[in-house]
Formats: sequence, C-alpha cells, structure tokens
Amino acid sequence: MRLPRARAVVGAMIAFGVSALAWEVFARSGSLPPAITPPLEAIAAALGRMIADGTMFVHVGYTLARIGAGLALATLVGVPLGMLMGRFKPVERFVLPLVSVLSPIPSLAWVPLFILWFGLGNTASVALVLYAALFPLVLNTWTGVCGVNRLWIRAAESMGAGSGAIFRHVVLPGALPFVIAGLRQAFARGWIAVVGGEMIAATRWGLGWVIFDSKEFLNTDVMLGSLAVIGLLGLGVERLVFAALERRTVERWGLMRSARA
Amino acid sequence: MRGIEIVKVGYDYAAAAGVVTALREVSFDVGASEFLCLVGRSGCGKTTLLNLVAGFLPPTRGEIRIGGETVKGQGLDRGVVFQDFAQLFPWRTAQRNVEFGLEMRGVGAAERAETARRFLRLVDLERFARAYPHELSGGMQQRVAIARALAYNPAVLLMDEPFAALDALTRDEMQRLLVDVWAQTRKTVLYVTHNVAEAVYLADRVIVLSPHPGTVIADVCITLPRPRDPLSVAFLDCQRAIVGHLGAAR
Repeated sequence: MRLPRARAVVGAMIAFGVSALAWEVFARSGSLPPAITPPLEAIAAALGRMIADGTMFVHVGYTLARIGAGLALATLVGVPLGMLMGRFKPVERFVLPLVSVLSPIPSLAWVPLFILWFGLGNTASVALVLYAALFPLVLNTWTGVCGVNRLWIRAAESMGAGSGAIFRHVVLPGALPFVIAGLRQAFARGWIAVVGGEMIAATRWGLGWVIFDSKEFLNTDVMLGSLAVIGLLGLGVERLVFAALERRTVERWGLMRSARA
Repeated sequence: MRGIEIVKVGYDYAAAAGVVTALREVSFDVGASEFLCLVGRSGCGKTTLLNLVAGFLPPTRGEIRIGGETVKGQGLDRGVVFQDFAQLFPWRTAQRNVEFGLEMRGVGAAERAETARRFLRLVDLERFARAYPHELSGGMQQRVAIARALAYNPAVLLMDEPFAALDALTRDEMQRLLVDVWAQTRKTVLYVTHNVAEAVYLADRVIVLSPHPGTVIADVCITLPRPRDPLSVAFLDCQRAIVGHLGAAR
C-alpha cells in the first residue's frame, strides 16, 4: 500500500513541477504582455502579501462560510426529500420531474435572477450553493433508499422492528453510502457555484470576488494566487472532510464499492 | 418450546399466465423442539411455505399456528435465517447485529451486550464480536445470523437453506455446529433445503414436497442416533428412501 502511494506523490510533484516550469517559460517568453502573465515569483509574492495582511483569510472565511451554509441547507432539505421520495411513490412522482428539469440548469445561470431576488451579498451566494448542492443530494439519497437491501428489511421485520425502527436502524444507515457520495458531489458543484456566484453577487469579500475585482486593476498575480487557493482548498476539503467521513463509515462497513458506483 | 401446526395451507399468486397455485392442502405438524427438514426440488414452494410460517406472506387458504396461536404477520416467537450472507447489517459489528432483536424489544444495553456475547459464544465467534460482517467469512457470517435469530429467544427457528452458498467443508462444519446449538437450545426448527444428505444429517423428520403445486408426498422419521455418520449404511439407506420419494414426485 505504501509504495504506490509514495509513487503517486512523486508523480504529482513531477506533474506540478513540469506545469510550473512550462508556465514560467511562457510567462517570461514575452509572447503576451508581462503584466497579464506574471511569473511564479510575482504570484507567490501577491499571495504572501494577502496572507501577511490577513485579507486572504477573510476571503477564504467568507467563501467557506457561504458554501458551508449552502451545503447545510441543501442537506437539511435534500436528504429528507430524497428519503421521502424513496419511501412514498406519490412524492417520487411529484418531485422527480421537477428535479430532472432543474438539475441540468447550471447554477450560475440563475445568478442574475438571484441578484434581483436576494440583492448583492451573502444571501444570493448561499442560495446559489443551495441550488447547486440540492439535486445531487436529493438524487443520491433517493437512489440509496430505493437500493436498500430487501433482505435487511425482512430480517429487521422478523426481529420485531416496526416501520419507524426500520427507517432509523435499516434505511438510514443502508442509504448512507449514497448520501455521502451525494454530499461529495454536492460540495464539488457548490464549490464551483460559490466562486462563480461571488464574482457577480458578492461585495468586498470572497475568493470569487477578489478575482473579479482584481480585473479592474490588472492584478493578474492576485488572480492566479487566488485560483491556486481555490484549487487547494477544494482538494483539501475533499480529502480531509469527505475522505475521513468515508473511512469512518462506508469503508469500515465494507460498502465502498456501492458508494463509488 | 412450542410446536408448529400447518393446517390445509394453500397459497396462490398472480402471474402473467393467471393465478398459480404454489401450495395446495399442505398439512403437517412440527413437534416442540423437533428438528424438521422440508425437502423438495427447486420451485416446489418450500421457501414459500417458510415465508408463510415466518409471516412474510399470508396463506391464501388454511391456517398456521405456533404454540396454538394463529400466525398473523411477523413475530418475535420466530427467528429467521436466510440463505444470503447479505442478511447481516453491514454497518453493525457482529455483536451489534446479534443485539438487534433485543434492541427492538427494549432490552437495556448491558443485558443486550451480555446476551449477544453468550450467543456468539454458542456459535463459537466470541472473538469476532467487534468485527464487521465484511471482515468475516461466509460461514462465520451465517453463524452470526444464527446467533442473531436465537438471541431474542424465539420458540421457533426458521432456516431457508442457510448453508447452501457455502463450500462443502464449511457446510459440514456448520451442520455439526447447528446440531450442537439445537441440542443446547432445544428450539423447534423448520429447515428448508434441497440437499437430501443435509436433511438426513440434521433432521428428526423430513417432509418431502412435490412441485406444481407443492403438496406433501412423504413424511419420513429419521431415528438414527446423533452424531450421525454420513457414510454409514443406515444413513445412506435413509438418503436413498428420500431420493426415491423425490424421484417419484417428478
């Protein structure tokens, strides 16, 4: 296990090294004006400044708070909705067409409307994350509930479990691998939505906002630095939060395959 | 312990070609603490009959009584073990699986844990109490399922080919273990199988069902002393007799 992992790390480092080198060559080649192709050194310096004066932490804090709030709301709405769909066919017949139509609409397409409805600021961004994150959660939870092994339910019934107990002790944990997969997708979509939304709907703070704002002053080093932070943060949350969640549940129960499916 | 009475039971189900009679006029009793095997070709309705006794399905005709009381739906007087290993809850350790029935009964945590340990010991798995099902072999998982079905102390144990998916060596081992467990707990057992040697090894009595529709065609007492030797002449004679009934039913 250890060796392939070490190899993967080395491979990633080589890939990043080669890409950085290619950028550096391109940036210094003069094929585009240096002002819009800052070398790595300038990007690092811009990042350093923003970290030193603390503004980067505020931007990150705002973005994380918005996606956190949006994801929390999406979970509170989406998971129960998916459960109801899986359990009651009329709910499924009512909700599924709506979800099927709304889900393919990119969340960013709603930004102008959301601004009109909620104004500039946090509400619009949170609503956008909610929209982006809701459908993966609903659909995955629904799939998970429908896919709960009938045998588990039979076994539970034979041991005297009523419908409430079956829901709590069988359907809920049985559907959990899918709920976690849904959360993962929801985060990925929400992360795109929050950064995109902040570009247009946010004021003063947020990683998306800082990129868009830097355009005014041609601060390409700040833009690229912020992009790097967005990528690293997204990867970090994915690896730390969701991987840990999976290790504690799905992987421990030997259900990894169904979660990935 | 309580026995099972199956009185003129019939079961019909709707299929594409119309109503199909899966069971017709099935009657027999299982005595208290008796080990009864239900043998028949696949499709003879033996699993359907077990599901009727378990209360998963209601009989179309006739009546099933356990300890004199008519069966209406599932009940804690019966423990069920299925063929599929997937019957265990993957998110619960072996011990917590065994505790499930007790939990549903509202038994306190300490007593639950103690009882679960006792039944895991009975199936020789106490060391694996903390293991999750996917960490156990197929045979071990079926032993946990047996412990789970026994832990809340049902009068009757219903088993639907629990060892059919195991390899031959493990199956022999499991059959020996089941006879031990039965001898210690004195449950009334209704055991469905298509394996004649298994039925002769385990049962006090073997009921042979014929297919299309399922009806009782033979009721054979196995009086061989336990532990039984599957290679003895008497054992093979019993087996031959039952195979004969099965052949006649074709």
